[in-house]
Amino acid sequence: MEFTFDLNTIWFFLIGILLIGYSILDGFDLGVGALHLLVKDDTERRIMLNSIGPVWDGNEVWLVTGGGALFAAFPHVYATVFSGFYSAIMLLLFMLIFRAVAIEFRSKRPMRWWRQMWDVAFSIASILIAFLAGVAVGNLITGIPLNANKEFIGSFWGLINPYTVLVGVTTVSLFMMHGAIYGVMKTEQALHDKLRGWVNNTIIFFIICYITTTMSTLIYYPHMIQHFKEVPALFVLAILNMLAIANIPREILKGKDFFAFLSSCASIAALLALFAFGVFPNFVIASNNPEFSLNIYNAASSQKTLNIMLIIALIGIPFVLAYTISIYWIFRGKVKLNNMSY
Amino acid sequence: MDFEILSRLQFAFTIAFHYIYPPLSIGIGIILVIMEGRYLKTKDKFYENMTKFWVKVFALTFAIGVATGIVMEFEFGTNWATYSRFVGDVFGSALAAEGIFAFFLESGFLAVLVFGWDKVGPKMHFFSTLMVSLGSMFSAVWIVIANSWQQTPAGYHIVGEGANARAEITDFWELVFNPSSVDRISHVISGAWLAGAFLIISISAYYIIKNRHIRFAKSSIKIALVVALIASLFQLFTGHSSAVGVSKYQPAKLAAMEAVFDDQTNAQLYLFGWVNEDKQEVSFSIAIPGMLSYLIGFDIDTKVTGLNSFKEEDRPPVNIVFQAYHLMIAIGMALILLSLLGVYLWARGTLFKQKWLMWIFVFSVLLPQIANQVGWITAEVGRQPWIVYGLLRTSEGLSKSVEIGQVWFSLILFTLIYIGLFILFIYLLNEKIQHGPEDVDSIPSEIGHPKS
Repeated sequence: MEFTFDLNTIWFFLIGILLIGYSILDGFDLGVGALHLLVKDDTERRIMLNSIGPVWDGNEVWLVTGGGALFAAFPHVYATVFSGFYSAIMLLLFMLIFRAVAIEFRSKRPMRWWRQMWDVAFSIASILIAFLAGVAVGNLITGIPLNANKEFIGSFWGLINPYTVLVGVTTVSLFMMHGAIYGVMKTEQALHDKLRGWVNNTIIFFIICYITTTMSTLIYYPHMIQHFKEVPALFVLAILNMLAIANIPREILKGKDFFAFLSSCASIAALLALFAFGVFPNFVIASNNPEFSLNIYNAASSQKTLNIMLIIALIGIPFVLAYTISIYWIFRGKVKLNNMSY
Repeated sequence: MDFEILSRLQFAFTIAFHYIYPPLSIGIGIILVIMEGRYLKTKDKFYENMTKFWVKVFALTFAIGVATGIVMEFEFGTNWATYSRFVGDVFGSALAAEGIFAFFLESGFLAVLVFGWDKVGPKMHFFSTLMVSLGSMFSAVWIVIANSWQQTPAGYHIVGEGANARAEITDFWELVFNPSSVDRISHVISGAWLAGAFLIISISAYYIIKNRHIRFAKSSIKIALVVALIASLFQLFTGHSSAVGVSKYQPAKLAAMEAVFDDQTNAQLYLFGWVNEDKQEVSFSIAIPGMLSYLIGFDIDTKVTGLNSFKEEDRPPVNIVFQAYHLMIAIGMALILLSLLGVYLWARGTLFKQKWLMWIFVFSVLLPQIANQVGWITAEVGRQPWIVYGLLRTSEGLSKSVEIGQVWFSLILFTLIYIGLFILFIYLLNEKIQHGPEDVDSIPSEIGHPKS
């Protein structure tokens, strides 16, 4: 693989890191949302909601910043994907709005129909957001039709095919597992035991999806493994991924919920790293003509801008990490409902 | 309707709706800092409870601001892809800076502000309030820098030709301090302070009329009035300075704002009027002779460039800009008068006995909201037909791979969803108002007796 450690490459991986950060953080709160309707009792649902209450908003900021960074560093990728996936992006936006509104408004009124309505909105929106994100990733693997002017020339329904749907379902299963483990970590007593019982099921669901996706990728999209053939050391990522997943039930069994959660984070990171190395140096593969693909060079901003943004990122990232960690530290421990809760 | 108009309508609608909320967050945020600061200083629980109530209102505006804000960031790419390709190199840096410096700051500490009352000590909580308030202002700073670059581009050069042309940064600080950014940032932020202050004044005045939470309401009004007075007077200067900048860097916009058709010295300043664009006349008008020339150059002989000096395809719509601009000024003046009157009566000790004024206060919440909206209409419609002034036309910035049916679909859904969202917002705000602050009036204090 041609690999030069230049600004374009750095920004490819920085955006990858933002994506990983988003998936790990918003991943668990989307996962909690996906499991939400399986919890029946109102107080337990409120505990589920409040386990993500103080942090979901901040987690979504990773998506916003990722979008901003993509716009700035690779404007052609941003423009092509966002206009090409127009209807899907609009659907995603509506779901993000519904979800935010549902979290905010659900517990404001005591009526059962009111709460049930928002609970359904919250859960469906969470599942659909994860699914749409997965379908988008799927399309970046399969490639989409582009013309010489970097414009998308396919249709909305062209984005939906068995493979991209499979990646979407896999994403939902991944976040469900991640969310269940987070839930175990943040709850106690009956709800804790219930969620603990679900972790294994979600792991099995995820592993089935994961293996199916991996097999179909190997069979139908072998370009994804090109770099791994050339640089066998990268296979470590695949091993790390499996070990991290295997470690989850082990830690749950030992009652070390936090370590189970860390393992789950590690498996998400490894999975996305596999994806990133698979498509590198392309962002958007043109399925009709490889020459039209958007890569880290023909889709990028100028060297000057990439450089300025790197300085901004280097100044900003320590702060972001410092207060992200402080916030999670302040809100560590089990959820307790009080009068400021959702 | 054609594709361009629909896309513009969608952007205008979604940004106008979004822009109800962030100014409220910025304005309430700064007042929260003052209130909680007083709590830290006096250790009087009264101020803590007061802060807690307004934090609830703040959280509501913030949540809708975030949800509708993500839409804005994505819409550049979905509907304005060609524009995004053109400006990405320049605009993107500001947007990325907004993300990393502002969004993480505000949304991170928001958790402590709303949920952290018993998790952290009072000082740490105050620090979080301060950070949220700063973060919300940083956010305004960066996004207004990006927008100002569209008004008065600087620090860039054009690379490539025709469809492949795009702007690239040559000097980051010239981009940040482009000719209009400082004026517009200060104008926007004090406009936001007014929005927050008058929401607090409005709700508190309602309590006074209803004879509920009297001590809380009086104290809130006083704090908000001080902010309102400072911000409304500040708007005189930032507004004036902005207009002078527009006359220099966007003369066509200034000509539309004041309906100047032919180049002239001794140009008049309209107080109001109705512009007939075809006949190039202003009817039903009252104007101050020479005032426009005087205001932009401190000399009545200052020449103002008229719209006829611009090619027809380079002129903005006139009447919309004219009306929006004059409405903004009228409201700005009204807000100054209202704040001065409030502070004057407060000093005389009779403020809260003026029932009629309390009623005006209740409805005053609408004024800064309308002013903020029409202010942006002036800025954005006045920039037409350009999306980036002088460089890229709005009609050239659209997405090429999107079809008109898709925009109809999203525009209709946005309309329905936002109407629902607005109804919910009002419903929940009313809920919070009816519920009121927690047992504030039952706390004895030396500052004032309840219901006195």
